[in-house]
Amino acid sequence: MAAETHDTILKLDDVTKVYSGIVAVKHASLELKRGAVNVLVGENGAGKSTLMRMIAGVEKPSLGRILLEGKEVEFNSPADAQKHGIGMVFQELNLFGNLSVAENIFATREITRGLRGIDHKAQVEKANQFLDKLDAGISAETMVEDLPIGQQQLVEIAKAISLDTRILILDEPTSALSAAEVDILFKVIGELKAQGVAIVYISHRLEELMRIGDYITVLRDGQITGQAMVRDIDTKWIVRSMIGSDAKDFAKSLDHKLGAEAFRSEDICLPRKTGGFAVDHLSISVRAGEVLGIYGLMGAGRSEFFECVIGQYAHSTGRIFVAGEEIIAKDTSTRIRKGLALIPEDRQREGLVQVLSIAANLTLASLEKFVKAGFHISGDRERSAIAESIRNLSIKAPNPDFDVTSMSGGNQQKVVIGKALMTNPKVLLMDEPSRGIDVGAKADVFRTMRRLASEGLAILFSTSDLEEVMALSDRIAVMSNGKVTTILDRADATEELIVKAASEGHKSAEHKTTGELA
Amino acid sequence: MTTATATEKAPAADGGSILLTLMKLRTFIALFAVIAFFSIFAPNFLSAANIILMSKHVALNAFLAMGMTFVIITGGIDLSVGSIVGLCGMVAGGLILNGIDLQIGYTMYFNVVEVCLITLFVGVVIGAINGLLITKLNVAPFIATLGTLYVARGFALLSSDGQTFPNLIGKEELATTGFGFLGSGRIIGLPVSIWILIVVALAAAYVAKYVPIGRQIFAVGGNERAARMSGIRVDRVKMFVYMFSGFCAAIVGIVISSELMASHPATGNSFELNAIAAAVLGGTSMSGGRGTIGGTIIGAFVIGILSDGLVMMGVSSFWQMVIKGIVIIVAVVVDQAQRRLQQQVTLMQLAKKG
Repeated sequence: MAAETHDTILKLDDVTKVYSGIVAVKHASLELKRGAVNVLVGENGAGKSTLMRMIAGVEKPSLGRILLEGKEVEFNSPADAQKHGIGMVFQELNLFGNLSVAENIFATREITRGLRGIDHKAQVEKANQFLDKLDAGISAETMVEDLPIGQQQLVEIAKAISLDTRILILDEPTSALSAAEVDILFKVIGELKAQGVAIVYISHRLEELMRIGDYITVLRDGQITGQAMVRDIDTKWIVRSMIGSDAKDFAKSLDHKLGAEAFRSEDICLPRKTGGFAVDHLSISVRAGEVLGIYGLMGAGRSEFFECVIGQYAHSTGRIFVAGEEIIAKDTSTRIRKGLALIPEDRQREGLVQVLSIAANLTLASLEKFVKAGFHISGDRERSAIAESIRNLSIKAPNPDFDVTSMSGGNQQKVVIGKALMTNPKVLLMDEPSRGIDVGAKADVFRTMRRLASEGLAILFSTSDLEEVMALSDRIAVMSNGKVTTILDRADATEELIVKAASEGHKSAEHKTTGELA
Repeated sequence: MTTATATEKAPAADGGSILLTLMKLRTFIALFAVIAFFSIFAPNFLSAANIILMSKHVALNAFLAMGMTFVIITGGIDLSVGSIVGLCGMVAGGLILNGIDLQIGYTMYFNVVEVCLITLFVGVVIGAINGLLITKLNVAPFIATLGTLYVARGFALLSSDGQTFPNLIGKEELATTGFGFLGSGRIIGLPVSIWILIVVALAAAYVAKYVPIGRQIFAVGGNERAARMSGIRVDRVKMFVYMFSGFCAAIVGIVISSELMASHPATGNSFELNAIAAAVLGGTSMSGGRGTIGGTIIGAFVIGILSDGLVMMGVSSFWQMVIKGIVIIVAVVVDQAQRRLQQQVTLMQLAKKG
């Protein structure tokens, strides 16, 4: 192919983006090529999305310049970027469920007929043209909320295409698409490429990248660690650049004997709204003192599995045992009392009560422990427990009566962990415990996990960080598409085996669908 | 009381913090301002008789506002309290006057204590119905309690065909006398209703601070999902707040009919709005998670003193409404400003720490 003739349309020159306390992107320079697919890979939190949000005008870089066709530009809003021909399909869908497909596609730039208002007929007609191009099989008059997620994704893509973009950013566009839809999307990408559109493609699925990409950029911890032409490299190179060689500060594993089985789940199932299973007949067993790492990509069903175990879904099925005893009660309170505890993935939405103090958050799940005479919370007992927890987890809290939001993300995470530990659990479920916290706090969290395991706690933690799962786990379970595709001992695990297993669930699903089609 | 004291301990070092402390104490400041203003401009305002009379007026609203505070802290609203006041007044009056006709030639009468207990029970049951509609049937609190507002008022009117139950003196031989004690009796110089208010307010403040369910009320309003994930039985907490609100409304129903020695089915019309106003004035956040019993009581006093004082000054009732509205709006504006300032101060403290 004529890859050599691609010229640069947009250049990020040494950009840095800082959020409160966290550096999301560090001195990154990136060139986007016209008429080519520029692929961006990296683990969760590596900074891919932040980088793209800067190009799309959602965020402004803290430092550095953006050059569009050699000229420095500044995007103050997504509308600004759109005017310059930059369109983005976000990972999270940004559609109005209560409006029709056509209305969504033409939101903010409705086709009007002067005083007679919006020309719905023309909008529907034009929208149908775009949808036909995508072979979407959607009528532009349908309500968006009536469409399954995969088709909603196609609507987003149709919307981006309809903007006449010169640069089209697709952030994990295939995560909700079926194999057939992916093929159509790739065909459309090919056409756009031929028209000279620069495409930025973010995905976790390596085989997809190899199939469609022209240029590849790898990000790790906010820094660009590798740039190459796709035809010059292989998946091994990608994995190597994603993980890097300099090891993070992982706690040393303490040698201790594993105890009896502490946790077992049998055939946990959670049906998905759109059909199929979010958690698909999942059976796992963990022994006391063991750390089981669950690796999986976004949407693999890890969080859903944890939430089933803690009793957040009334319609999930399957059996759960803690220390040999089956837990029949479906509600979260009883399950916590029986020795299960969950540290949720989304700290802000599910972990903390922001209006309460650090102290009140810590004891929230275990208030009954401090109760005297049936109803009175003993201040002394509560305070001493809080002080102990702050010490044990090395939470940097100047005063436990301050609002919990006055602390950094890492310390907030420790508060969530402290809250779970105060219920004296036998089994600790940690959903992405290191997400969104800085390196120092990560090391603290990992050390705590090790200590707890050596004290006989069974720990299940999920992560999408390969290095983390390799370093921390005694055993590694890999999840994909709701299923456990493999369980490896640490000694047998290699990065390649894990990465391969992480997309296996989709493969078998794809075979199934193609089989059904045939 | 709970959250305010917790945050007030923060070091007040610079100008921002001083301003912040002033803003936090705004309800107190407003209270002193209205008292100072009326003691100068309204004759006899500070006489003991007048103060006791005003407190009795305030107490009625304060009961409702306390129940409302807990409901609003969980992120809900209870529009039905005014109607519960009316219905409970009718229940109490009806029981004393007519008893329960057992349809077999006998009529059952209850003594005053039993009448009060039954009436309180009716209030709690209506609260429980609100709670069930909201938790089990997923009706939005606004709609659910709007529905019970009409239903309860309808039943109140039906109970007497819209008539008043007059002369609730009772009969000696039926042991139904003495109902008036609640409304006009005094213990150590203070009206009984004030004593009841003190007891209920202390209990509510104690629950908010020292009983698990109190903490859980704040947690549910602050972040319902996180509360659920922490194993808090959210439905139970919500049931509690609506039942407590119904309980408070029932007290008001009893006190009013005892004061008047009569029950009228239209009693309590639009009381819910005054209760909401008092709660908001006292620093309760309509978005949930924030509020204190103490603040609400002060808020009720500000509103009560304002309206009584304006009456004493001879201000037209039309102007009273305008002034009350403005006070509420200003209170909420200051509340928002405080929240923003609070965030800035926290961020600055974070930045200083590095």
